[in-house]
Amino acid sequence: MSALQRSTAKRDAGIDRVSRLLTLPSLAIIFVFGILPLVIMLVYSFLKPAAYGGVEWEFSTEAYVSFFFTQDIFDETLTFNPDYLSIYLRSFVFAVGTMIACLLLGFPTAYFIATRPAHQRQWWLLLVTIPFWSNLLIRTVAIMLIIRDEGLVNHWLINLGVIDRPIVMLYTNFAIVLGLFYSFFPFMVLPLYTSLEKLDFRLVEAGFDLYATRGRVLRRIIIPLAKPGIVAGCLLVFIPALGAYVTPLILGGGTHLMIGDLIAQQFGSSRNWPLGAAQALILMSGVLVALFFYARNTAGKGVGHGR
Amino acid sequence: MAGRGTDVRRQPGFGLIAGLCLTILYAPILVLVIFAFNANSIVSIWTGVSLDWFAKALDNEGFHQAATNTMIVSITATIIATMAATAAALGTTRVRSWRGQSAAYMTISLPLMVPEIITAVATLSFFALVASVFGINLGLGNLIVAHTVFCIPFAYMPIRARLEDMDLTLDHAAADLYATPWMTFRRVTLPLLAPGIVSGAALAFIVSFDDFTISQLVAGPGQQTLPVFIWSMTRRPMTPELNAMCAILLGISILFISFSALIGQRRR
Repeated sequence: MSALQRSTAKRDAGIDRVSRLLTLPSLAIIFVFGILPLVIMLVYSFLKPAAYGGVEWEFSTEAYVSFFFTQDIFDETLTFNPDYLSIYLRSFVFAVGTMIACLLLGFPTAYFIATRPAHQRQWWLLLVTIPFWSNLLIRTVAIMLIIRDEGLVNHWLINLGVIDRPIVMLYTNFAIVLGLFYSFFPFMVLPLYTSLEKLDFRLVEAGFDLYATRGRVLRRIIIPLAKPGIVAGCLLVFIPALGAYVTPLILGGGTHLMIGDLIAQQFGSSRNWPLGAAQALILMSGVLVALFFYARNTAGKGVGHGR
Repeated sequence: MAGRGTDVRRQPGFGLIAGLCLTILYAPILVLVIFAFNANSIVSIWTGVSLDWFAKALDNEGFHQAATNTMIVSITATIIATMAATAAALGTTRVRSWRGQSAAYMTISLPLMVPEIITAVATLSFFALVASVFGINLGLGNLIVAHTVFCIPFAYMPIRARLEDMDLTLDHAAADLYATPWMTFRRVTLPLLAPGIVSGAALAFIVSFDDFTISQLVAGPGQQTLPVFIWSMTRRPMTPELNAMCAILLGISILFISFSALIGQRRR
């Protein structure tokens, strides 16, 4: 090893050490203001609620008990109360439904964009990217404005003589599912596109050469090759849909609750922070399960083409 | 071959579905923006073009206050997050992999994986605790801190992507010409990295500017940001003034999105 090489190596090692230090500000910010609050919430979930919001520093498992049971005021017997659980179940069903709808419609959309001529593709992609980054609240308000009783849809239907009184769409389950689909559709298309863009169409051609039909090529070649995108897209839709807050807040009108509103309610009007913290942690464990499945599904597999 | 190639790729009906979905995606936004220009005060009946509602929106005292808060929070959070993310990107790319590197990477992307509502109530709990134990309330500072956390991963991603595409030989060339590491960074790495930094900052700004859930729960009285203010407007009788405010916010977001996308594309 020459002297020059040695000094370069030494300098590189020094740079490496400095480099590691460079990650510190980000890690410190996220640790103190991102992870520590989650730990505090875990602690809060085992405390008692204070009368005007906040917590009393007294250990209690009341929050978790009241998640499943109602306690009788007089004889303190516990009866099973499925109210909260049913909201969790509803949210889960909505999230899965949204995920499936996004996949069924997002796959053709992503495929269509990925098979456009190269110079057109970026414009099609921009059309999906803009809603992806646009203000979720405003997009949800936009839906609310057109589906409410005095909204454009009802206005037109009445003018056309199809109906004589407005169809109630706002503040229904339909509104929430529509809103969720509308909110998270771009989250499905973008990862699908990334997978489909890399698709080697010689394999598709080979399929046709072996007399496969279009449907068969789609099922046996294209979809299996797009699997990383499908899995990523499903996760990106499922997680935010499960914890959706804005959509049910605006389109559910406080009567069709999802987990997100339920949690916010405990920290707001219900003033039961420990219960809210427990509910948030139960949601978080659901998210971790989803992430675990994702990690298991993608571990050891490259993003490239299968054999 | 070319003709055959396009034919092989075609799947019947996919174009139709794509068109339909994109229409669904844009129709509500377009309606919202179009009715912001409506002369009438009833949101669904069109009577003529007018800019009155925009004038009214821009004249609204609450809107001004919210815009000021938003600007303070978003710009500060963007600057802090972009600086931290740039440093972190330099520390996680172009170095020999180190122990804990993947843990560092996971920590940085953590804010993306936690549902917003959980981040919101956790942050609220955190600041409540800080206020009760230390008696500290940073006011708008609380919002800035909360925004900085989720801005970091958004700023980090494009910067890291840009760094990974960059050629290390230029840095080595600079070093061979006896540039100090700092000079190499200042004169070679940083200028080449600039598009990534700008693109990351634009993304950080968008997500901060558009954030509703966290701001709504963390903001104290008088700390409303624009999305929180717009939400409070939907709870009152609605006029096209609401549409005009939404249109202004959408316009700003789209401007930054396109800007970030354009810079990202120049990379290729």
